[in-house]
Amino acid sequence: MLNKVLGGLVPFLAALVAFAFGAIMLIALGANPFEGLEAIFDGAFGSGERLAATAVKATPLILVGAGITIAFRTNVVNIGGESQIIGGALLSTVVALGLPDLPAFLLVPLVIIAGAIGGGILGAIPGALKAYASVNEILSTIMLNLMMVQFMNYLLRGPLIDPYELEAGTRIPQTERLSDNAALPTIIGGTRFHLGVLIAVAAAIVAYIILWRTPVGFRLRAVGHSPKAAKAAGINVKRNITLALAISGSLAGIAGAILVFGSEGQRMVTDGSAAGFTSSAGFNGIVAALFGGLHPLWTIPSAFLFGALLTGATQLQRVLQVPSSLAVALNGIIVIFVISSSRVRTWLQTTLGNTNLFGKEEDDEDDEEINSTAEVTT
Amino acid sequence: MNDQSNNLLEMRGITKYFPGVVANSDVDFDVRYGEVHTLLGENGAGKSTLVKILFGLYQADKGDLLLRGEKMEISSPSDAISSRIGMIHQHFMLVPTLTVAENVALGMPSTRRPLTDLDKVSKRISEISEEHGLTVNPSETVAHLSVGERQRVEIIKALYRDAELLVLDEPTAVLTPKEVDDLFVILRRMADNGRGLIFISHKLREVMSLSDRITVLRNGQVVGATTPDQTSREELAQMMVGRAVRLTPDLPPNEVKESRLSLNNVSVKNDSGTLAVDNVSFEVRAGEILGIAGVSGNGQREIAEAIAGLRTIEPDGLIEINGSNVSDTNTRSRRDQGLGFIPEERVPDGAIPEFTVGENLILVDHETDDFVSRGLFSFDKISEHSSQLVSDFNVKTPSVNTPTSSLSGGNIQKVILARELSASPSVLLACQPTRGVDIGAAEYIHNRLIEQRELGTATLLISEDLDEVLGLSDRVAVMYEGKVIAVVSGEDAEREKVGLLMAGVTETVDA
Repeated sequence: MLNKVLGGLVPFLAALVAFAFGAIMLIALGANPFEGLEAIFDGAFGSGERLAATAVKATPLILVGAGITIAFRTNVVNIGGESQIIGGALLSTVVALGLPDLPAFLLVPLVIIAGAIGGGILGAIPGALKAYASVNEILSTIMLNLMMVQFMNYLLRGPLIDPYELEAGTRIPQTERLSDNAALPTIIGGTRFHLGVLIAVAAAIVAYIILWRTPVGFRLRAVGHSPKAAKAAGINVKRNITLALAISGSLAGIAGAILVFGSEGQRMVTDGSAAGFTSSAGFNGIVAALFGGLHPLWTIPSAFLFGALLTGATQLQRVLQVPSSLAVALNGIIVIFVISSSRVRTWLQTTLGNTNLFGKEEDDEDDEEINSTAEVTT
Repeated sequence: MNDQSNNLLEMRGITKYFPGVVANSDVDFDVRYGEVHTLLGENGAGKSTLVKILFGLYQADKGDLLLRGEKMEISSPSDAISSRIGMIHQHFMLVPTLTVAENVALGMPSTRRPLTDLDKVSKRISEISEEHGLTVNPSETVAHLSVGERQRVEIIKALYRDAELLVLDEPTAVLTPKEVDDLFVILRRMADNGRGLIFISHKLREVMSLSDRITVLRNGQVVGATTPDQTSREELAQMMVGRAVRLTPDLPPNEVKESRLSLNNVSVKNDSGTLAVDNVSFEVRAGEILGIAGVSGNGQREIAEAIAGLRTIEPDGLIEINGSNVSDTNTRSRRDQGLGFIPEERVPDGAIPEFTVGENLILVDHETDDFVSRGLFSFDKISEHSSQLVSDFNVKTPSVNTPTSSLSGGNIQKVILARELSASPSVLLACQPTRGVDIGAAEYIHNRLIEQRELGTATLLISEDLDEVLGLSDRVAVMYEGKVIAVVSGEDAEREKVGLLMAGVTETVDA
């Protein structure tokens, strides 16, 4: 028990150390670190409105993060959150453009489902490539990120561009304002807190249920731990690898739909850069998932923390006149410390586990069984 | 000279505690010059602890260690090496990308620092090789050596460091019978040259053939000391386990019925694309156990994988389970046809160590209505089912929610057995079902297989343990270089005859 508690504390200690590094950077920039921390805190949690903004910021991270846990539990790495977000956003945008007159109670679920399908396809492609053609999924998902950004830029500058932009000659790469029937309803009046936040939390809970309460997740985890044992037991390993990336992608795709239909502009817009539409949620979601120990439920608070960091950074910039990229740097430092902390955690567990909990020593298979030798089996 | 002058090693009253466990309790053990002294015991009996104390990896809590009549403190392996103690580990400690000479020189000071003195090392290796019959080429890369040759390199390493007392920890576990014979000739010669050897094993046949003296440990205590001519394998087994053990199971007469598994002209390629199974045909009928004997690497693994649906067969072959052609189907549908499968490698093929015992018990049939309602697992039913199997199959585990990795090999094997047998297979493919498990667990597994036979299961038993194959099989098929070169009925299967067949010698059978 003790080592479990200590093990759980390790990521928070890691975050604390990371903040200490952040403080050093603030000092280097000539700012007061305590004021900086206060500004981040105030920016993220200072008012109901800001809290809502933090939650909205966390939403895509929760979804991507929950998807990442499913992929990682199947021992598949999904770096393609960006492409899957874009895929989901594009497909849901097309649906909203095509069926603008559907009533909201139909159109809202429909765009969410379209997002899931769009992202799911972009997950299934690298999944199938890995399963059936042994293509490394890290490479293929990264490549798909690059391709999808360009594909989005093409669509938003060409076929999907707002006709008004053509008329006015401004040519901002964005769609026309999409049907209000597709807009995600606001839950708390006066803030940006919309239905998407609840969808994300629900999706993370569903991801948890899938992984640990259903035969589907059982197979995914079996494949993740030991493809050979899964195969010998009659589980279709290739299909499950594809499925894991498809589910992972569809969660990111939902995030894409939410980014479009939870936005104030109610349209899909990009600045043409790689992170223009997603604000790097496809990558930050990985961070949230890792910080949450690759557990879908822990991904929720973890994503919220990173959401807070991102919203707080704006305030930090405003108050202390330091670059907001400091938050990005802080983000990175936390990741480094959290990932290295998993080593600390293993070390804690083995040392504590060996000394008094089980009476086991390392590297000695023989002696582990001392208690069982005298037992008679027939 | 006192009366102990002929003792190379003497360990007196060695006691070692681990938290909650006494690993060695007042153990007396000695080795004379020129003898092979065997330490025999089940997993966990304390053999490893004792030799680790000798090699300086552990410190004894009580007791004395005398080397060549003098009291010694050995606090590290380098102490042990400088006291001329050598250890041959079960898992080789060699760098595969280096040559034999480089491996031997590793960790030894060069006489020509900062340059290496590999030519000198090679020369010395050749001398040692010649003296002890350890044929090996010093300039060969270790990666290119066979398992038996690698072991010789380990022995040379110890001899190069001038070891006088050699500890051999389960040295035969990875060797073929021929390699075992060769090794024993070498070991005997080393003993005859005045060295003392500690041989650790639980293979009774080998212990009987090699040892001068045998000390049996159980639960950390010495329960007997004897010599091969004063004891028998049965008696040794009884000492190890603490009760009478049947080493060779009795096979009651049984009615053999229809064919359940049949192979027709089955050929299988291995991973490197060469033919590992060459045009093999046989059938296994309800109520019989067909054993496949053979030195490992003669196609047994490939044929098992082909039957299980893990490896494709060449186009003109045919595999039938219960009369239906399954040649091109996957593992799932073969299992649905009634196939039970105990894979050769317990972990990671048979069970997932990170999964709980309960999860491993439902690894195959996890999506039945019994366990799933409205898409969700009903954990009550799963744990009820698992607990039932755990008690039916005598699995020693704190609970069904224990991670399988914390179970002993024998108990993991019982988990796999429970899973496969509880599905009432009509065809059972059992690969190395008792490899590396305790004698007690092995006996239990054998009885279960015989019980399945009485229930009418058609069992194909693939094992490297010849005694197991001979004891359990109604018929024995011998595989050699991918072919089934003979099928003999269980009663006619004499050890010597089958042994010759395993080496590919067929003439004597006809004679």
